[in-house]
Amino acid sequence: MIRLEKRPQPSRAWSMATPLVAVLATMVMGGLLFATLGKNPVEAIRTIFWEPVFGEFAFYYRPQLLVKGAPLVLIAIGLSLGFRAGIWNIGAEGQYIIGALTGAGVGLAFYPMESWIIFPLMVLAGAFGGWAWAMIPAVLKTRFGTNEILVSLMLVYVAEQFLASMSLGLLKNPEGFGFPGSRNLQQYASAHNGEIIAGSGMHWGVVAALIAVIFAYILLNRHMLGYHIRLTGEAPRAAKFAGVKPARLVLFCLGTSGALAGLAGLFEVSGPSGQVSIDFNVGYGFTAIIVAFLGRLHPVGILLAGALMALTYIGGDIAQGNLGLPSAAIQVFQGMLLFFLLAFDLLTNYRIKLGTEGAL
Amino acid sequence: MDLSAINPVLLIASLMVAATPLLLAAIGELVVEKAGVLNLGVEGMMITGAIAGFAAAVESGSPLMGFVAAAGAGALLSLLFVVLSQIALANQVASGLALTLFGLGLSALMGQKYVGVKPPAMGRIDIPVLSDLPVLGRILFSHDIVLYFGIALTAVVWAVLKYSRIGLILRAVGENHEAAHALGYKVVKIRTLAILFGGACAGLGGAYISLIRVPQWTEGMTAGVGWIALALVVFASWKPWRALLGAYLFGGITVLQLNLQAAGVAIPVEYLAMSPYLITILVLVILSADKSNAPASLGRSFHASR
Repeated sequence: MIRLEKRPQPSRAWSMATPLVAVLATMVMGGLLFATLGKNPVEAIRTIFWEPVFGEFAFYYRPQLLVKGAPLVLIAIGLSLGFRAGIWNIGAEGQYIIGALTGAGVGLAFYPMESWIIFPLMVLAGAFGGWAWAMIPAVLKTRFGTNEILVSLMLVYVAEQFLASMSLGLLKNPEGFGFPGSRNLQQYASAHNGEIIAGSGMHWGVVAALIAVIFAYILLNRHMLGYHIRLTGEAPRAAKFAGVKPARLVLFCLGTSGALAGLAGLFEVSGPSGQVSIDFNVGYGFTAIIVAFLGRLHPVGILLAGALMALTYIGGDIAQGNLGLPSAAIQVFQGMLLFFLLAFDLLTNYRIKLGTEGAL
Repeated sequence: MDLSAINPVLLIASLMVAATPLLLAAIGELVVEKAGVLNLGVEGMMITGAIAGFAAAVESGSPLMGFVAAAGAGALLSLLFVVLSQIALANQVASGLALTLFGLGLSALMGQKYVGVKPPAMGRIDIPVLSDLPVLGRILFSHDIVLYFGIALTAVVWAVLKYSRIGLILRAVGENHEAAHALGYKVVKIRTLAILFGGACAGLGGAYISLIRVPQWTEGMTAGVGWIALALVVFASWKPWRALLGAYLFGGITVLQLNLQAAGVAIPVEYLAMSPYLITILVLVILSADKSNAPASLGRSFHASR
C-alpha cells in the first residue's frame, strides 16, 4: 500500500525541485507526443530547447528570448501576487489588450507630433487601461461578492470584441488603404518602443519586467502588504485576526496585475508587434498563468520560468519551420508542463510512504 | 434594419438549439459542484469533446457515434483533473485552468485535418401529426434527439439529487466531506465519479456545438461557452431546473444577438457579440449576493489524515 503523509512543513527542497522534475517529465511526454506525430522526438526536443540558445542562428534567436519573455514575466509577476492570496485574476489577456489599446490610442492621438513626452504618456495610459479593466472584477468582488475568476475571464472575450471594433474603426490607419489595423507605431519615432541597445532585443518592456521582479521581491519579503498577501494565502483565519482587510487586498492584487498586464500590452503593441490589429494578442495572458505557477509564485522563479517559456515559444517556431511540428503541439506541450508541475507538487506537501505501518 | 425578418417561431426553435450545449455542460458541472469539487476545466473538456465527436462522426459517418466518442473524450480528459485534484491534492482552481489550457491546445492539434470538413447531418425526429402542428410542432416536436436528451438529463439529475440515496450521499460529500468520510463513504471515489460524469456531459455539449449547432470544426470554437456554463451553475444556485431556465435565457440572448446582426441593426457587430458575456457578468452580480445554496465543501481538497 502506498500512503500519503502530510508533512508538518512544506519541503523546501521539493519546492525547488518540482519545476525541474516537471520540465523533465514534460520533455519525456512531449517527446512521446512528437513521436506519435511522426517527428523524431530527440530532434524535436533539441530544436526547442537547444537551438534558440546555442544553435547556428542563436545570434538571431537570443534577442527574441527577451522580446517573448518580457511580457510573460511582467504579467506573471502581477498574477502571482493575487494567486498567493487566493485572488484569481485569469483575465490578464483582456487587460493586456485594453492596455495596448489605451496606450496606442494616446500615441496615435498625438500623431504626427514628435516629442519625448509622448512615450511616457503612452506607458501611463497603458498601465491605466489594464488597471481599469481589472478594477471591474475587483470592484464587483468587493461590492457584490461576485466571483472574480468568471468576471475577469468574461472580460477577455469582451476585450477581444472591443479590439476588433477599434482596429476596424476608431484606431484604423486612415492611410491604410482600407486594411484593418492602426498606423504602424514602429514608424512613428516618438511612440516607438525600440531596442535600447541595437540587436540585443532589450526594449523598455524588458526593463519594466526586471523592475517588476525587484519590486515584487521587496514587496513580498520586506513589506507589510506583501506579508499580508502571504498570510491571507497561507492562513486565512490568522489573516482575519491580524486585521487584514480582504477588500483592500483584492483591489491591490487585481489592480496591480491589471496594470502590469496593460503595460505588457503597451510595450508589445508599440514595439515588437507595432500595430493594433485584430489578432495582435497571442495568448501571453494565459501562458503567463503557467509561468506564474512554474516560477512557484516567487519573483525570481518567475523570471526563470518566463525565460523557459519564451524558449518553448521560439523553439516551437523553429521546430515548426524545420520539422513541420504544428504550432498547436507547443500549446499542448506548455499545458502538459502545468499538469506535471501540479502533480509533482504533491511531493512538496506530502511524504509518500510504503506499507501500512502506523495505520489504525 | 428589418426586424420583421426575424421569425419568432424559428427564433425559439434555434434558441433551444443554442441553449443545449450550455445546458449539458452546466448540468454536468452542477453535479460536480454538488459533490464539492470546482472543476474550472469545462471549457477545455467541451472543446476536446467538440473535436473528438467531430472526428468520430466524420470517420464513422454516424453522428451518434460522434456523441458517444465526445462523452468518452470529455470523461477521459476529466480523469486528468481527478489525478490532479483528488490524488495529487493540487489546488482545484489551478488544476481546472491547466485542464482548459491543455484541452484548447490538444483540440487544435487533433483538429488540424478536420478544418473545412462537413460532418454527417444529425436527423431531426419526425413524429407524425405532432411535428406537423403549426407553431408548436416546429418548436417542440422537431428537434434532434440530443436536445431532448439534455432536457431528460436535467429531469434525471434533479430527481436523483433530490429523492435518491445516491443523491443524498453525493450532497453529503459536497456539504461536509469529513462527516461523510466519518460515516464511511468513500469521498474520493464519489467525487471521482461525479467529475467523470461532468466531463462526459461537457464533452457532449462540445460535440453538440461542432456537430449540430454550427456544424463544422474551427479552432477555439466553443468561445467561452464552458465558462458561461460555470456561471450558469451559480445562476441556477445549484438547482437543475434553474440551470435549464438559465441555459434557455442565455441561448435566447445568443440567438437574438445573431438575429439582430443579420437584420442589420444600427449597433456594430462587435458590440452585439459582446452582449452574452456582459449579460453573464450582470447576472453574476445580481445573483452573487445569495451564496447560501453553495455546497459547503466546494473547492476544498480532501485527505483522510488522522
